[in-house]
Amino acid sequence: MTLSAQHLWLIPVLPLAAAGLGALTPRGGRTLAAGATILTMAGSLLLSCLALAGALTDPSAHQVFNFAWFDLGTGPLRLGLLLDPLTAFMCVMVTFVGLLIFIFSTGYMKEDANAKQFFCFLSLFAAAMLGLLVANSLLLLFVCWELVGLASYLLIGFWFHKPSAAAAAKKAFITTRIGDLGFLIGLVWLQDAQGTLLFYDNGAGLLESAALAQLAQLLPCGLAASTAIGLLLFCGAVGKSGQFPLHVWLPDAMEGPTPVSALIHAATMVAAGVFLMARVFPLMTADQALAGLPVHALTVVAFIGAITALMGALIAVAQNDIKRILAFSTVSQLGYMMLAIGVGSWVAAIFHLLTHAFFKALLFLGAGSVIHAAHHEQDIRRLGGLRGKMRTTFVTFAIGMMALAGVPFLFSGFWSKEAILHAAHSWEVSHLPLYAGLTAVVLTAFYMTRLVAEVFFGAPRSEAASHAHENGPAITVPLVLLAVGAVLLGFLGTPAFPWLQARLLGETAVHGHSLLEGSGLMMLSILLVAVGLGAGWALYGRRLRTQAEAPDPLAVRAPGVIAALANRLGLDELYAATVGRLTFGFADFSALLEIFAWDGAIRFLARLGEFTGLVSRENDEGALNEGFDAASRGLRGTGLAYSKAQTGDAHGYLRSLALGFVLLLILVILGGSR
Amino acid sequence: MTIALLLIALVILGAAAAAMLSRNLIHSALLLVGAWAGIAAFYLWAGAEFVAFAQALVYVGAVSMVVLFAVLLTRQGATSAPVEFASWRRAVLGLVVAGGVMGVLFGSIMGSPLDVRLPAPPTGISVQQLGLLMMGPYAPALLIVGVLLTVALLGAIVIAAVDKPEDTP
Amino acid sequence: MSPLQFCLLLSSLLFCLGLLGALARSNTILVLLGIELMLNAANLNLIAFWRYGPHPAIGTGVIFVLFTIAVAAAEAAVGLAFVIAVHRHRRSVRLQEASQLKG
Repeated sequence: MTLSAQHLWLIPVLPLAAAGLGALTPRGGRTLAAGATILTMAGSLLLSCLALAGALTDPSAHQVFNFAWFDLGTGPLRLGLLLDPLTAFMCVMVTFVGLLIFIFSTGYMKEDANAKQFFCFLSLFAAAMLGLLVANSLLLLFVCWELVGLASYLLIGFWFHKPSAAAAAKKAFITTRIGDLGFLIGLVWLQDAQGTLLFYDNGAGLLESAALAQLAQLLPCGLAASTAIGLLLFCGAVGKSGQFPLHVWLPDAMEGPTPVSALIHAATMVAAGVFLMARVFPLMTADQALAGLPVHALTVVAFIGAITALMGALIAVAQNDIKRILAFSTVSQLGYMMLAIGVGSWVAAIFHLLTHAFFKALLFLGAGSVIHAAHHEQDIRRLGGLRGKMRTTFVTFAIGMMALAGVPFLFSGFWSKEAILHAAHSWEVSHLPLYAGLTAVVLTAFYMTRLVAEVFFGAPRSEAASHAHENGPAITVPLVLLAVGAVLLGFLGTPAFPWLQARLLGETAVHGHSLLEGSGLMMLSILLVAVGLGAGWALYGRRLRTQAEAPDPLAVRAPGVIAALANRLGLDELYAATVGRLTFGFADFSALLEIFAWDGAIRFLARLGEFTGLVSRENDEGALNEGFDAASRGLRGTGLAYSKAQTGDAHGYLRSLALGFVLLLILVILGGSR
Repeated sequence: MTIALLLIALVILGAAAAAMLSRNLIHSALLLVGAWAGIAAFYLWAGAEFVAFAQALVYVGAVSMVVLFAVLLTRQGATSAPVEFASWRRAVLGLVVAGGVMGVLFGSIMGSPLDVRLPAPPTGISVQQLGLLMMGPYAPALLIVGVLLTVALLGAIVIAAVDKPEDTP
Repeated sequence: MSPLQFCLLLSSLLFCLGLLGALARSNTILVLLGIELMLNAANLNLIAFWRYGPHPAIGTGVIFVLFTIAVAAAEAAVGLAFVIAVHRHRRSVRLQEASQLKG
């Protein structure tokens, strides 16, 4: 039974249900929360496999299921779900790696009191990530994008009582938010230009030829609409995938627990930016045919990717924290993926994304295993000699390291990196990204060798390292499974058998070509890997470090460069001095405005009210009261005047009566009445 | 206009004038009784015998007694203490006003066509006829007057009664 | 002068005499006596008009006078009771001295 697009919604909703259940369980109910999380993720994995089967029956089709959400007035706002090979491969990867990491977490977070909340957040993240993958609407994608950011914030700051963790969570959220601003502007522009945000909609979708033709028109400013929108969407990817210049949050995000680092900041969330670029690739390439553009969107992507790849690798060389090294390595690899997209081969980028997910998650979980065993000692200078004590961890870590470095033929990383370098080589615009990529190959092999040598070889250099022992199966089994994947996945995309690429491109037939084609580049990259490995071993493997405080061999040779790289090229300080200062300045100005302008206005209004009250009271007391008193006095005066007629003299009364009678009679007589 | 009428008129007016101008209160009261008797005579001359008897009974018999009691009960000092007029001013004013009224009345009476001469003196009205009238059309008035007299009687007693020691505030 | 006019003149003179007494005397009892005279004058008037009116057989005038006599007698009694009561409290029968209700 294959899964159609109509039932795709189950894949994100299952973890969401687990998140809801986790939110409702009491604080000590970690087993329930963990169980729900793992079970729902397994269910989503099963469904994703079924979806993949369904997608592969017709790889060129984009099976959509669109529905109206609510009526905007000018028309319904429609959302949708999409099932195609890209979606299916990504879902399978995310659910598989996610499931293994969840199982790992049960062992890693055993001693933590807030474990239930941890699993609840993990489920939330999984739901959001899967929702992002199956979305056929840019709006739905954006919503899930933001939810993923929220989950990342919650998980980075999980140990919130640590000030550094809280600060890192804030930094991650704010930095990605800056990128998301560009994303949002692009989104609104698209809605305004096309009136729909659906990707595929029977010809009316954004990524279909009609819309693309419209968007590829030149605007008066000199850019095509698709170029501008593409660059704006790329802003979001820059933030989320840690490209230069918004990469500063990724290393700090290592403050979170290691499973979080593995899942979110290595395998899945940071890959969302690459996925977005792959998803909207038709939009990014819509301006290729236009001549006279100052810059094509993909060119910018390629160069930023290249810069990021090189910079990440350089900084990783000078770091001493095991997780920081891996973090910068992630930055570098993400740069590779963006580079691949920029040079026109999104399938290479996705291939590398899939393989990277496996071996980077493997490396992080291995690091987590080491950290857990060494009682949270993370400085590689203080570790060592773990090769004998933690066999499984060592072997799997080594496999992951070799995949990352690109050790040829056997390991998946080699094949995926080859695909990228090949694509970069055939880019007509410039070969600079290719050179950057090749340099990064050397550096990657170098710093990974350094890492493995310092952590696992030699003698233990601290108390914690000497007491380390292998962890339980909850931790080691996922490592093994990921290692298997790290090896096997590569064979799906070799040039001789590019099964993955073909399916992604929607082709049913797989046309491989022999390995000897383009072998020059392959030889070069193999050589560079060997150079990097050799240099690393020479500096760190042969002459093993004996004490933790001993200076780094590289630092001795080139202290200035290494110091700058260790300080992450000073970008954090630069941002604090410029953007930070500017924001504080604005805040001070706003405070002044508040105190004098707005508060002043309100106080003025209050005075006005007081004055009105005063006037009213004066009016009441003076005019109204006085008026009434005067009237009453007048009345009394009149009464007194009238009462003077009562003289008390009975004779007088009688006289008046008689006189009155006389007068009346006279009147009657004179009036002539009968 | 017979001699009898003139005589009666003289008696009435004379007694009344004397009563009003007398300085002695008892003399006034007694003179007034004479006036009332004269009025009763007039009623007889006019043919209203029952009214004449009623006048004699009520005024000469009862009211004069009441007046004399009042005079005696309100005496201050000797019986023959003179009763002065009010001040001269008051007397003059009273004279003027009374004169004015008289003048107007005199003028209106003389100026009206009241020249009526009956062919024959009337037979008068019998007591039986009066009785029938009283019990017939004027029965409600009779009853009301009865109530009024009762109330007046009780009221007079209450007003003039001596206050018991514990009643005075 | 017709008989009726003569009777009317008589009653008017009597009325004015009563009025004079009521206006000019200060003793309350005398004032009341004056008022009695005025009432009697009115009665005279009524009998005169009954005597010289068109239908003497109808006893309306006589009935009227009878009622008037009754009411006048009641009024005299009450009035004199007042005089006695006032005299008991104020030891005075002068009308001018009963002026506490002046305004």
